Amino acid sequence: MQKIKPLDHLIVILGALFLCVPVVMALMSSTHAAIDIHSNGLYITPGSHGAETYTKVLTSRGGFTGDVTGLLMLTNSMVMGLGFAVGKIVLSMMAAYALVYFRFRFATLIFWAIFATLLLPLEVRIMPSYQVMSELHLLNTYTGLIVPLLASATGTFFFRQFFRSVPDELLEAARIDGAGPVKFFIDVLVPLSKTMMSAIFIIMFIYGWNQYLWPLLMTTDESFFTLMRGIKSILQVWVGSQIPDYNEAFALAVLAMVPPVAVVVIFQRMFIKGLTESDK
Amino acid sequence: MAHLSLTNVGKTYGGSAQAAVADVNIEIRDGEFIVLVGPSGCGKSTLLRMVAGLETITQGEIRIGERLVNQLDPAERDIAMVFQNYALYPHMSVRDNMAYGLKNRGESKAVIEERVAEAARMLELRPYLDRKPRALSGGQRQRVAMGRAIVRQPSAFLFDEPLSNLDAKLRVSMRMEIRKLQKRLGTTSLYVTHDQLEAMTLADRLVVLNGGRVEQIGAPLEVYRAPASTFVASFIGAPAMSLLDAHVENGQVMLEGHALAPVAHEAGPVTLGLRAEDLRITPGGVPMRVDHVEELGAQRIVHGTVGEQALAMIDTSEAPLPETVHLGATPSRVHLFDARTGRRIETASQPVSVPAE
Repeated sequence: MQKIKPLDHLIVILGALFLCVPVVMALMSSTHAAIDIHSNGLYITPGSHGAETYTKVLTSRGGFTGDVTGLLMLTNSMVMGLGFAVGKIVLSMMAAYALVYFRFRFATLIFWAIFATLLLPLEVRIMPSYQVMSELHLLNTYTGLIVPLLASATGTFFFRQFFRSVPDELLEAARIDGAGPVKFFIDVLVPLSKTMMSAIFIIMFIYGWNQYLWPLLMTTDESFFTLMRGIKSILQVWVGSQIPDYNEAFALAVLAMVPPVAVVVIFQRMFIKGLTESDK
Repeated sequence: MAHLSLTNVGKTYGGSAQAAVADVNIEIRDGEFIVLVGPSGCGKSTLLRMVAGLETITQGEIRIGERLVNQLDPAERDIAMVFQNYALYPHMSVRDNMAYGLKNRGESKAVIEERVAEAARMLELRPYLDRKPRALSGGQRQRVAMGRAIVRQPSAFLFDEPLSNLDAKLRVSMRMEIRKLQKRLGTTSLYVTHDQLEAMTLADRLVVLNGGRVEQIGAPLEVYRAPASTFVASFIGAPAMSLLDAHVENGQVMLEGHALAPVAHEAGPVTLGLRAEDLRITPGGVPMRVDHVEELGAQRIVHGTVGEQALAMIDTSEAPLPETVHLGATPSRVHLFDARTGRRIETASQPVSVPAE
């Protein structure tokens, strides 16, 4: 075995530290009292208030109505993330299926039109989208939060490329085996796309989880608050002599990190498994 | 099991004036093994796919049994197809691959179980039933593809160059297996290949296609002994039949001024076809300059030129060859073709006899 020389890995180590230290500091600081953080700055050693801070963050009721707990915000974020990921996968897979396997006029044109919407991110069309939702009376609903952002050019593009790489003979074999369009999609294409689906799930879950602007606009009811808004609202209480609850903000930030990390870890394993096992 | 009949079948792709397949008439008897053979682009795969229902039929009629199937879906045609790249569902086990078609037809679990087990036994796939296709070798995958066809118990098997992805040795053994299996099941089969050797060994009858048209239909030996055109002559048989410009004078075929064999045909230019094995070295024959010799062990193929025209012959002796050899031909094995159209000229001296099976 080759002897590992620390110097060879200097850049890697520095890079890892650069990325990890802020996370560690957030985690450690969240276990100290707010007043200590305010006076002494960030900590890199664990404090003694951990359990109490996290319990408070998860269960104590805050906000104007006094109904918003950390747990509720976590649930809301989860609904957003999962709704986004699942909805986008379903919608873009079906769109790509239609584009690749059905012969209709202007299919290419439609595809490029979908692709061109990549140039129009949410922020560009946020006012019209808001107006549409408002007129449909979908403000302050999960539907309003999730549905307008489901159409995904990226997902459609990925699935289209993937479907095109599936050999035509599979479709022909399925046709001879008596599988209609729906059966072929469910029995053959969906299982074959597992790898692709997990990759897109990772991307889209994190995209949904991190949404800030759209929920901010769409929801005024505090019971729809997501974690991202919760963190912000904790730091907003800078009035009079009150010190913001830094420890709680850090605790929420740490909590907000856990699900995306879990998703990446779980799906990455499937992702790699899919990549190494598939052969065509 | 059923007979298959193709009547004036043709296919013209949209936007193309040229027909990809035209005027194909084939009557296939129940249980017959028919091989469609021809060079790439001759329309043989298109024709097969039209029978399968994967391509639309623009002219003519295809009947499977008594049913006109022109407008039917592939699943309703009661056929099974084996593809060149196997087209197994990669995410299903061997068992599920074979059962999928039956499941879709709503067969009962017991029937599926029984048929899959029977096919697995026949193809010696039993140890692999729970594996995924990627864990199988090429030959085994090919077997699974055949198993998938067998369990359906269709009216007809369609094979689309099923052996071309296998190595040469495996191809020979799989060829035998396909033949045995087909004989045993007695299912009408249509088989596409570009390999003339595969075609010769498998077929009950050959259909030689060229440019989307049928050149000749007949038993392998019939096609070999009496090719209907210069195309068939050069395509079937290895080494290929030598085709030479010659002419008939006084009841003799004259090749570069030398009389080769007597024929009953009026004087004039003809294309002369000579199979390598029908030529032998005889003193006083047509002189051929030897260019090179392919040594095959049991025999050797001598390539040479008569005048400026290339010719091949098979020689079984091992003696060193002089620079020029003199050739003679068996008169009954001399083939004449029309110099202009390339069609075969039947002459009285060559009765076609094919031994009955």
